Amino acid sequence: MKGRYLIPLGVFAVIATMLALGIEQAPRKDLVPSPLIGKAAPIFSLPSLANPRKLVTSAQLRGHWYLFNVWGTWCISCRMEEPELLAIARTGLVPLIGLDWKDTRSDAITYLHRAGDPYRKIAFDPGGLEAIQWGVYGAPETFLVNPQGIIVYKYIGPITPGAWTRDFLPRLPAAHAVAGS
Amino acid sequence: MIPELGNFALILALLLAAVQAFFGIAGPALGRERWIAAVTPAVAGQFVMVATSIGCLVASFVANDFSVLYVAHNSNSALPLFYRIAGVWGAHSGSLLLWIFLLNCWTVAAAFGTARLPREFSARVLGVLGTVSLGFLLYTVITSDPFLRVSPPWPDGAGLNPILQDPGLAIHPPMLYTGYVGLSVAFAFAGAALLEGRLDREWARWTRPWTTAAWAFLTCGIALGSWWAYYTLGWGGFWFWDPVENASFMPWLMATALIHSLAVTEKRGLFKSWTLLLAVLGFSLSLVGTFLVRSGVLISVHSFVASPGRGEFLLAFLIVMIGSALALYAWRAPLLKSETGFELTARESFLLFNNILLVTACGTVFAGEMAPIVSLALGLGKLSVGPPYFDPTFLMSILPLLALLPFGIHARWKRGGLGGRGRVLLIALAAAAVIGCAVAFGVFTGAGVLSPVGMTLGAWIIISSLIDPIERLRRRISIPRSVLGMTVAHIGLGIFVFAITSVQAFTAEQDVALRNGMIARDGGYTFQFQGTEAVHGPNYGGVQARIIVTREGKPVTVMYPAKRTYWVQHIVTTHSAIFIHDGSNILVALGQDLGNGRWSFRLQVRPLVLYIWIAALIMAAGGLIALTDRRYRIEPSGAEEAAKALSAGGRTE
Repeated sequence: MKGRYLIPLGVFAVIATMLALGIEQAPRKDLVPSPLIGKAAPIFSLPSLANPRKLVTSAQLRGHWYLFNVWGTWCISCRMEEPELLAIARTGLVPLIGLDWKDTRSDAITYLHRAGDPYRKIAFDPGGLEAIQWGVYGAPETFLVNPQGIIVYKYIGPITPGAWTRDFLPRLPAAHAVAGS
Repeated sequence: MIPELGNFALILALLLAAVQAFFGIAGPALGRERWIAAVTPAVAGQFVMVATSIGCLVASFVANDFSVLYVAHNSNSALPLFYRIAGVWGAHSGSLLLWIFLLNCWTVAAAFGTARLPREFSARVLGVLGTVSLGFLLYTVITSDPFLRVSPPWPDGAGLNPILQDPGLAIHPPMLYTGYVGLSVAFAFAGAALLEGRLDREWARWTRPWTTAAWAFLTCGIALGSWWAYYTLGWGGFWFWDPVENASFMPWLMATALIHSLAVTEKRGLFKSWTLLLAVLGFSLSLVGTFLVRSGVLISVHSFVASPGRGEFLLAFLIVMIGSALALYAWRAPLLKSETGFELTARESFLLFNNILLVTACGTVFAGEMAPIVSLALGLGKLSVGPPYFDPTFLMSILPLLALLPFGIHARWKRGGLGGRGRVLLIALAAAAVIGCAVAFGVFTGAGVLSPVGMTLGAWIIISSLIDPIERLRRRISIPRSVLGMTVAHIGLGIFVFAITSVQAFTAEQDVALRNGMIARDGGYTFQFQGTEAVHGPNYGGVQARIIVTREGKPVTVMYPAKRTYWVQHIVTTHSAIFIHDGSNILVALGQDLGNGRWSFRLQVRPLVLYIWIAALIMAAGGLIALTDRRYRIEPSGAEEAAKALSAGGRTE
């Protein structure tokens, strides 16, 4: 048997191992909680998307529940998520704070103009440094933060109506009596 | 009752798939005639059972049976019948059933197609297909039963995702799956050759039409998906390097390489083990793609909701299937001897380059696809890989491929050289360069470096593809269907390159806010906003704007871009208006209500964008023409010929 005919099998073994490890670590939306859950949300102070001279800071958000949504116009899943975010914004239960990630200002502004803007405030993070603080894997990701600044829940991927009722609403005191922990 | 029947049929299909796999592989290996004879009935039985099963699911959807969880999740009584049927493959379980159904259609076709081939070979092909089917049926029955009941039944369903309620998307998955799954036949032929440890030119001749057919379906499927993305999702984009798009694109690249390498194996008896490897890899990439989409490892527009166990099962199946095929390859491929050598400038060399470049392109896409998973697996956090990576790396292998194509189709087999066509090719190149530069700098303005290059390459491919057919016509030599098919497919590719270059370079696009009666200009056209009106659909309401488009004072068309709100899910979707004028696509998308009668719009004028999809269809048509070549019709034996003549005679009476 010649060795070179074994190469494809060897390469496949490596790939299969990676896939297996990938599955192990895959974002398990309902099984494995993020290490950030239960920890304090990062303290930040970033320029606002709409107005670079204004700041969006974690201090402003203290004392309120908020959803921290990481997105970008380049991210197609975020576009998928957009209608649901608008629906959430309409409920008025919890304000959406956006982190516009690795984006350009003009793209983001025209996009929101067209598709609708669900956000109360949007912080602009073109270099992606803030997203690292939040341990963001890939957009979209959404964090539910309580008035004490603790991350209560983290959701990876586009929020679906089902995920909203199943994963977010039960954790929101505005919707139910008890806040999740 | 009907869902239980569907479930029962699915389990029977599973058992029959096991029978088919076992007898198909063990029969020839142990030389048991009776076992071999059992394979075809198992194929027929499995097909009937799977068809019954998917029929039951369709029936449950049509009857609005919301006691079936899958129907309740993906349909609604307000949904039009067409989308109730399309809802069958609107989510994970049902689309898996569609996958299995199409696999069974291909298997039945393969049973007919291989009926005149040696019995052992035919049995092995069907046996390998049986193992694939067995794996997917197990997967469905164990982790993704679409017939699960829910008690009490839902009063009404949750509805189909509005973004999927579109004719393009209703047809796109079946088409794409047909191509995806069709590669399993080439895989099965490779598996049969490996099990036999024997591969000759005949094998390549048998395998070619199956590969070409699957490739043509895959081409159409990808094009349809891209068209859908263009007008509903991307606000005018047509390719996003989305993980799932890549998952369909990688098998396509492999299948394209396989088609070319099969040509060498058939004509010259070369590249045997390489061809086998490509056949195995093509379908393996289909499987890996399925895994990536359904395991929740990657996040994408198309991702199905991840549920525990599904990913693990698919991965195990993947490892068994691909691992055993590659192990078999490592064991048997060294036995295959290539027949002769060839010169550096021979057509064989060019086809080898074609293969290397296509596989490299596929490898770069695969690397980009895997990068997030690898970095996740190694605990480096998740990377995001987008167009900034894919565009340049992909071009690096595709540009040389395009530049070599005209030489490749004119190079002679074995001895090499262009057979006196060198001068004609140079003239063609000069003509193409004139056309390319004229269009790039004359018709449009502000062209970059890549646009004249791309247009020249596109034009050169088209012109040089025409040289041979024109010469044959002049000398009144008939053109074989396979040559005609190749020519058509290559012309399609040339048009594709030309169109994509012009779209990349010359799109006029802007976002504007307009009040009733106001005018905006874009790409030489004038757009006048004439107010909005309400629209009513069966399960949605919405608003559409009226836009009058004129060019140099002459009316062009009236466009109605719209936004729809689907009541069941409270989701708003955008429906761009598209009009084709002078080869350019004019797209108007309705944005937001800015208050006081003001609305935001996106206006986009893209030259030749339509030709991207037309070119893809031309390529697919080329494949279908090549399929009809006489060579692929396996000569019937004398007795059957006579029987055919008899029955034909009987019909005329």
